[in-house]
Amino acid sequence: MPIHDQSYRHYRGNRARPGAAWAVIAWAGIRALLARRLVLALLVFAWVPFLVRAVQIYLSVNFGEIALLAPTAETFREFLEQQRLFVFFVTIYVGAGLIANDRRANALALYLSKPLGRTEYVAGKLAILFAFLLFVTWLPAMSLLGVQMVFSGSAEFVARNLFLIPAITLLAGLQVLLASLTMLALSSLSTSSRYVGILYAGVVLFSDAMFQALRAASGGSMAAWVSVTANLDQVGDVIFRLPGRYDTPWLLSAVVTLGLLGLSIVVLERRVRAVEVVT
Amino acid sequence: MSTPSAVARLDRVTVSYGTNAALREVDAVFESGAVGLLGPNGSGKSTMLKALLGLVVPDRGQMRVLDLDVAREPLEIRARLGYMPENDAHIPGMNAVSFVGYCGQLAGLPATDAMRRAHEVLHYVGLGEARYRNLETYSTGMKQRIKLAQALVHDPDLLFLDEPTNGMDPAGRDEMLALIQDLAERKSVNLILSSHLLPDVEQACRHVVVMDRGTVVANGPIAELKGPSGRLYELRVKGEAESFLRAVRAAGMESPEHEDGTLRVFVPEPLGPRDLFQLAEREGVQVRHLKPSLSTLEDVFARAVGEE
Repeated sequence: MPIHDQSYRHYRGNRARPGAAWAVIAWAGIRALLARRLVLALLVFAWVPFLVRAVQIYLSVNFGEIALLAPTAETFREFLEQQRLFVFFVTIYVGAGLIANDRRANALALYLSKPLGRTEYVAGKLAILFAFLLFVTWLPAMSLLGVQMVFSGSAEFVARNLFLIPAITLLAGLQVLLASLTMLALSSLSTSSRYVGILYAGVVLFSDAMFQALRAASGGSMAAWVSVTANLDQVGDVIFRLPGRYDTPWLLSAVVTLGLLGLSIVVLERRVRAVEVVT
Repeated sequence: MSTPSAVARLDRVTVSYGTNAALREVDAVFESGAVGLLGPNGSGKSTMLKALLGLVVPDRGQMRVLDLDVAREPLEIRARLGYMPENDAHIPGMNAVSFVGYCGQLAGLPATDAMRRAHEVLHYVGLGEARYRNLETYSTGMKQRIKLAQALVHDPDLLFLDEPTNGMDPAGRDEMLALIQDLAERKSVNLILSSHLLPDVEQACRHVVVMDRGTVVANGPIAELKGPSGRLYELRVKGEAESFLRAVRAAGMESPEHEDGTLRVFVPEPLGPRDLFQLAEREGVQVRHLKPSLSTLEDVFARAVGEE
């Protein structure tokens, strides 16, 4: 008897309704990435600033003479700004291949022949990057708030700065959403994750360099809107109730940031297809 | 689950890529069981399958698969479909069992069931021994089998197989066709087998839809399309060919072609080549060359697309 007569049987078990596949994609992606040592090392390293800040809070709470180190609302803003470096590296390492590798292996046709739509596919991929980036931004920032409470033995600071919880969430969310969506959009443009990584770094660094050049030429910071990171800084300052650091109106920075998000969505809409039509 | 007699139906479907029409006003019905979708490269077979999957939106027309409207319920349809794409396709960085299990989960199976089914179907397609190997190390034939496994893992009601024997060696090709036949005949899986290889379709299917340049040019049971059973012969004669041909036709044989001195004569059963020789002797011509020609779907195809 051929072996196939013994092994193929019809399936009589449960089936999930369409709509949950994004979680399958996200979970599989997260597990695959966590199996890589470099990703683990990057994630651990991303928490070093948290430890430094925790020590700072501990010292400020226990040694009154160094009150200079006492945390303020700005401390949390600065912390998120510091984490930007890790956001940059995690985005490149984790995100560059998310769609590019699928395109290289023609996996989009497989994914989209299953009961899931393009939005669900993108949501699954987005969730992977989102999870890693929140792990290096929102989670340590909120943990820092918890550490402050634990070390000081009171919730007074948090109660006084209650806006910090939505502010951290909003800025970390915006930072993560911008990095994730732009990276996914770039990843959908190519079949080479290496090229995508270089492209992402190019976009971020080149826009910043252009801003610095214009700043040096004009003597002012009106051109901050050309820089991806400067726009995020400007909007972040407003979220944390701080005066904007550049001359560009924060509303313009917000519009440019939203425009970038919109552009990324348009690119994804056009590029994530089971059938690539070349006319 | 009840299976409708027609598993897929297209009603005046037109699909265009830019200015190029890939399907033109196509009407087609795919009956349950194994149906071949036959046509040369670029005839619109893959586009038709993709349109039925809801991956390509038609400019005009309506499609139903498993009694569901493709435009309105594409996800419900895909939950009950298995699709084996033509091109090499896999999910990077996975071994075979993880890949097939993952595809099962994407199709809605719980994780444990998906993994169990993955092992089963990998055994079924002949990859049981290689199921822990990374997909990137697979040969072309193994990649074809793994594509079949991922299409089968959720036990679909209907399978779309797009050129399933592409790139396979003769032994692998025979095994793949045997699997397809087994699925259709013994496992009651409805399937549409798209291929430009006529013998593949003939071996695995009873019905066929023949396509050319974006249109359906023939549709029906293969036996009917092939016409009466018999055999086609190529022959060259020395002498009065026209009188010989008249005698051939009078004897109930068909001679559709007569070019470059080569005659093609269809000899219906129970007549045979001996009758040809007798006719030649009677008409005073010498048979200088006689060779059986293929009288298979190739002829159906040639007749349908007008390439005779």
